[in-house]
Order: sequence, then C-alpha cells, then structure tokens
Amino acid sequence: MEEGVVNEILQGPLRDVFDSKQLITDVSGSGNNWAVGYKVYGCQYRENIVEKLRKTAEHCDCLQCFFIIHSMGGGTGSGLGTFVLNLLEDEFPEVYRFVTSVYPSGEDDVVTSPYNSVLAMKELNEHADCVLPIENEVRSDILFLNLQTFEVKLLIYYSARFEGSLNMDLNEISMNLVPFPRLHYLVSSLTPLYTLADVNIPSRRLDQMFSDAFSRDHQLIRADPKHSLYLACALLVRGNVQVSDLRRNIERLKPSLHFVSWNQEGWKTSLCSVPPVGHSHSLLALANNTCVKPTFVELKDRFMKLYKKKAHLHHYLQVDGMEQGCFSEALSSLSDLIEEYNELDATKCGLRTDPSRLKIAV
Amino acid sequence: MSIVAVQLGQCGNQIGHEVFNTICGDVRGTHGLCSKKENEAYHDACTERFFSEAESGVPVARAVLVDMEPKVISQTLSIAARSGRWKYDDQSHFCQKQGSGNNWANGYSVHGPRNKEVIMNLVQKEVEKCDRLSGFFTIMSMAGGTGSGLGAFVTQCLRDAFPTSFILNHVIWPYGTGEVIVQNYNSVLTLSHLYQSSDALLVHENDVIHKICAQLMHIKQISFRDVNQVIAHQLGSVFQPAHTAEAGLHYSRNPLGDLMETLVPHPEFKMLGLRNIPQMPENSLAYSTFNWPGLLKHLRQMLIANAKMEEGIDWQVRPLCPGSSISSSHSTNKLLHFNTSLANLVILRGKDTHGVDVGSFRDPSLYTSWLNPQDAFNVWKTPRAFNKYEKSASLVSNSQFLLKPLDNVVGKAWNMFASKAYIHQYTKFGIEEEDFLDSFTALEQVISSYTNL
Repeated sequence: MEEGVVNEILQGPLRDVFDSKQLITDVSGSGNNWAVGYKVYGCQYRENIVEKLRKTAEHCDCLQCFFIIHSMGGGTGSGLGTFVLNLLEDEFPEVYRFVTSVYPSGEDDVVTSPYNSVLAMKELNEHADCVLPIENEVRSDILFLNLQTFEVKLLIYYSARFEGSLNMDLNEISMNLVPFPRLHYLVSSLTPLYTLADVNIPSRRLDQMFSDAFSRDHQLIRADPKHSLYLACALLVRGNVQVSDLRRNIERLKPSLHFVSWNQEGWKTSLCSVPPVGHSHSLLALANNTCVKPTFVELKDRFMKLYKKKAHLHHYLQVDGMEQGCFSEALSSLSDLIEEYNELDATKCGLRTDPSRLKIAV
Repeated sequence: MSIVAVQLGQCGNQIGHEVFNTICGDVRGTHGLCSKKENEAYHDACTERFFSEAESGVPVARAVLVDMEPKVISQTLSIAARSGRWKYDDQSHFCQKQGSGNNWANGYSVHGPRNKEVIMNLVQKEVEKCDRLSGFFTIMSMAGGTGSGLGAFVTQCLRDAFPTSFILNHVIWPYGTGEVIVQNYNSVLTLSHLYQSSDALLVHENDVIHKICAQLMHIKQISFRDVNQVIAHQLGSVFQPAHTAEAGLHYSRNPLGDLMETLVPHPEFKMLGLRNIPQMPENSLAYSTFNWPGLLKHLRQMLIANAKMEEGIDWQVRPLCPGSSISSSHSTNKLLHFNTSLANLVILRGKDTHGVDVGSFRDPSLYTSWLNPQDAFNVWKTPRAFNKYEKSASLVSNSQFLLKPLDNVVGKAWNMFASKAYIHQYTKFGIEEEDFLDSFTALEQVISSYTNL
C-alpha cells in the first residue's frame, strides 16, 4: 500500500517476471495498523483485487493452490494480507491456500506488531489451509531469510511439477499434514545441498542431510522439533535418492523423535528425480509439530502486555468497523489454539492404551 | 480369451508397465528351453491374452491407463513406445491435472463419478478389441488417492457393466513405516469396497518385496523400479500361459476363470498371496541349478510357516495332527505359527516339469477342515521356461498369509479413527464417519473368518 518496495522490484533484475498490470499500490501505507490494512484498504481495493485474481486464474490450465507471502507484524501484509486470504476462500473455495507468514521478533521495532500479529492469527486459524511460519529472529540476514523462504516454496512446487518415482502434489501436503482443521501450522527445514560433482554420493553424506533436517539449526523458526511432539512429518527429496535411502534414514531417525500415539508412522514421503540447480540433492522436511506452540505463547504474552494497558488501542478502534470485540475474539482464537497444542503435548508422556477394536459376532 | 488390464494411479501405471515389459521380454526371449511347437503355442496364447495386433506389427497392450495427474502416464506411454517391442494404444488413457491429494474420498466420490463415462468408454473400446473376454486385471495401490479411491469406484463400475466377467484386483500394500500418512484409512476403505465388487484380491506388500530386493537380488540402493520389476516377475509367473489339466495339450484359454475356480470357493475369502522361487540377480542365473523336489520342499515350508521368501524360513513350524481338538487358545496358536490354507495353486515352469510329485501339497493337515483337500489344491505346469529361469515355481495361496498384515492395517487405522484425526479431510468430500464404521465392520468380519480357518 505504498510504492517503494514494489518500485524496487520493478527496477530490479526480476522486473520482467512480474506483469505490471497485476500490481496494486497506494501511497501512504497502512501505518503498521492491521485495521487499516484489513478494513480500510480491504474494502477499497476488494473489486480491483478480485478482478486481477480472476485474470491470473484464467491463464491457468488447472489452478491448484494460492501461495500467500506476507508478514504478520505490519499493517499491509498483516491486515490486507489476511483480508485477501478471506477473499480467496470466498471466490475460489476449492483452491488450497498456502500461507508463508513472517512472525516478528521480540526486538521488532514496530511497537504494535503483537496486535497486528494476533489479529492476523485469527484469520489464519480460520481461513488458511496451511501456514508456514518463519521467524525474523532466526536469521538476521534478510537476504538469507528470503532465499530460504523461496527455496521452500520452490521445493514444494517442483516436487509437484517434475517426475519422480513417488510424486507429490500440493494438495497432498494439506491432506497428510493437517489432522485437525485448525492445527495447520507447519515447521519447515531445508538441508542443502552438497555441491559435489560426483553423482554417487556415499551413503553417510546423504544420511547427514537427513540428520541435519531434524536438527535445531536448520529450522526456519526458533524451535526444536526433536523435543516436542510430531503430529505428522513429510520428507520431500530431490535428486538421485532412492526409496531405500529414504527408508534407511526414517528407520534411523524414528527412535529419537516423538510421534503422537495415533500416528506412530506418520511419515509422508516424496521422491523427485530432478535435482535443484547447482546441487545434486536437497531435502525439505515439513512437519506438524507442537514446537510451534512457544512462538504462539510468546506472541500472546507480548499482546497481553500491550492489551492490559490498552496501549495504542485507540489507533485501531477509530477505524470504521473495528470494535473491542475484534480483539477479544482474536485473543480467544489464539488461546484456544494454544490449548489444543497443550492437550496434545500432555499425551506425550502418558501411557498409551490402544482403543479396543470392534467385536464381530461369529 | 483376453485379459484387459486397468492401470490406476502412479503405482498402477508404473507396475503395469513393468508387467507388460516382463511378459513381452519373456515371450520374445530365446530361453524357452522347450520345443519349437511348444514355444509357438506359448507365444500365441500369451499374445491373445495380453496384446492386440496393430498395423505396424508392434504388439499393443490390452490396457487402459488412468491417473488424475498427467506425469506418470505420459512417461509410461513414451517409455513403452521407445522400446520398439510393444506399446500402449495411444488413445487408451485418461488423465486429469490436479491429482487426488492422497484422499480416498476425493478419488471415490469426486473423480469417480465425474469421469465415469470417459473411463468406461475406454474400457469398452479395449473389450471390443478382444475376441473373447476373460476378465479384468486392475493394478492399484491402497495407500494413495487415485489408485485406491478411484480404483474402488472403477471396480464397482466394471462389476456393474460386465456382470459375468471376472475381476481380479492386484493391490499393493504400502511400506509399514509410511509412504502416505493416511494410508491406513485409504487401505481400509479400499479393501472393504473391493471386497464387494471384486472376485479376488491378489496382494503384494512393499516391505516383503523390498526384502527380496535386498537379500536375494543383492540390490544396494533399491528403487521403486527394482521393487516393481520383482512384482512384475512374480505376476508374470502366474499369468503367463500354463497347462491346467494334468494331461493338457493346450494352454488354458480362461486364465482368470481358472484362477477363481481353484482358489476362491467361498465369497468371504478373497485374499490371495503370492510366492515365487527362486529369485536371484540375473547374472547369477547361469551358475545356479535347482531341482524340483528341493524347490517344492521350500515352497511348502514357506506356505506352512508363512515365510515371505526362501531365506530365513522357520523349519520348526509343522502342521498340526488332524483330529486334535480346536480350543480357542489353540486357534490363537494356529494364528501365530501355522498358516492354514483354504486353497492353493502351484505353477511350475521350465525343465522336466512332467512327473514332478506335488503330493506334499495335498496333505489334509495344511487345509481347513471344512474343505476336501482334493478340491483345495491344484497344479499348473508348462515345460516352457519363464523369464530366463530354468525352473520357476509359484504359489498362489488363499490362506492366512495376509491375516497379520490385514490385522495391522485395521488396527492402526482404528487407532487413528478413535482420535478422529484427518476425518475432516474425508467428510469434506462426502465420506462420513458411518462409512468408515461400515468399512471397519466389513474388515473385522474378514479377519474373523480367516482367523477361524
């Protein structure tokens, strides 16, 4: 909703990739205010956005998925971004909505980022099919962060586009990794990416790639999935990797990971034979894991610090259509989500008793 | 009589391609080890069964290829055509763009009805190319969305449209440690539906074939292609022509009918397992010799002890003495150790098959008490060697082979169902909790029937 960033892209090396007719900008920005982004600009630009979306959709043979990339802490990405999410559900209900959300760090210089993030979270809870959270705190190098995000997207996309012995389409991600509608927050980790000329990678190098994917250092949010509970995990491999390599590594890593009792073998795998440019292999691990919970808990804490004192609230409430109720609903939505994760975590250490099977009269 | 193959989903199409490849390679091979006349008869029978003639002279597989996304079919078609030895009919395939998302409900309730007419038209065209139709051989996996869901729907349609033809479903059981997270749900839904429309389910388990690749074929980095080639070899050993009558001079004209007649005496028991020995890397074939008594001894023990391959067989397992009382704990023991059969079929291919003694398979203690073992066992033979193996013995068994895997799958699915995980993904396409319960009930019934054999 201001022109600076978009103009930069249009003058940069990727200017030809974007259709300039498909760009929408305004002048003054959203003032880091979710309400301005959602209620004001949302209303104002709704028709324009729908028209441009329809135009792009018409060019597709088969529209499977929307990728939404935004930040949670500001005004436009957060407010208008989640407005667009809603819009997509209304206008294209059968098309999957994948959202990559950049969550603000504790030292974020936008004071109202907790408000914006929590208000946006409610929308993500209700209208997104899958969310990949990425934290600004993880890497201070913005370029690296952007590259990683891009790589994740690319890996998912190419697994669908190129051939392999075990293909995976985008709709399979949602199907396999989202056991309950609201628990659709996925942690991702990407492991490179050995630049070896030798095509026949010795097994242990390949195995190292798998190990790295589960280590704390390769996660795109500040989280340690190994010590939390897995609901499901997907491994998307590109390059010269065969099913036996996959199986060997799953067997090796399984004992050190905690899976929820009803999904002890919760692995979704895909093999794409086309390697990424410049590398011989890569692995993307996408997991539904309770290790996202701390991110949400911290967000809630930061929100409460401001909300208790009603700090900056008037900036939001003065926007047409905003009420105190919006805040309490958003808070309640986030609390419920955290509670669902708590309940799952509680099962981690409990004794497992399998439910009794149906009895058949002989 | 001819068999029309229906290849469903990625798995079905990848395996189907290997099957036709193996059959074609076998028929054209020079390792028949039999008379010219025999070879010609084999060649003619095989061609009639699996291929139709084209103007170009290149045999055209009697197959319909179906998938909900285009990559695999286009690859399969082009690889086959490039071989120059056989091909698929260019028109005989159907695909969509968006896939089934590993969702059985999507395959069954959405893609099925939406595309029924087009798919059945393709099937009809293939059927019309046959002089006489023996029946259908469908190939699918249980784990995904298309093979499993759309496959179940198509099987139902085949049954409705061709009530007097035989339908044999070849079903691939996924690796136990997961290829697809909802594979157990998809499996339960598939099996329960197939049981209603199909004549028999011939099962291959990925875990088992993987072990064969590792331990018998000595393959280091096992790919799905390796797994599929072993499966294709095993299927070929069943479906290639064989003499069914003891003094038979002609090759069987009705392969599917003969199979059903020998192996499926009762509609409650449709699960068929397959064993084939020997299995070894191609470069070892020249250095190995086998004798029929040895092969049959191994095969029989594999049957009794429920061994998956010829290594690691438990020779301690023995049949129980007939006449001993069956108490419930006794039946549990039976479940754990001794594999009781309903019906068995042994197929022998290669040198010196005449006069081979298969009497050990007629032992009444191998079979359930309510069938006459004379009816329960059959043997087919041909002097024509198969796929470069000088001697090859296959066992198709309707027995407790699949009881434990089935019980495992149902158990895991039930565990997940109890927590209602992933159910919303199915209800959004019209498969409700009651449908799941119906499927669970049906399969518990099958498990109970096989347990009490």
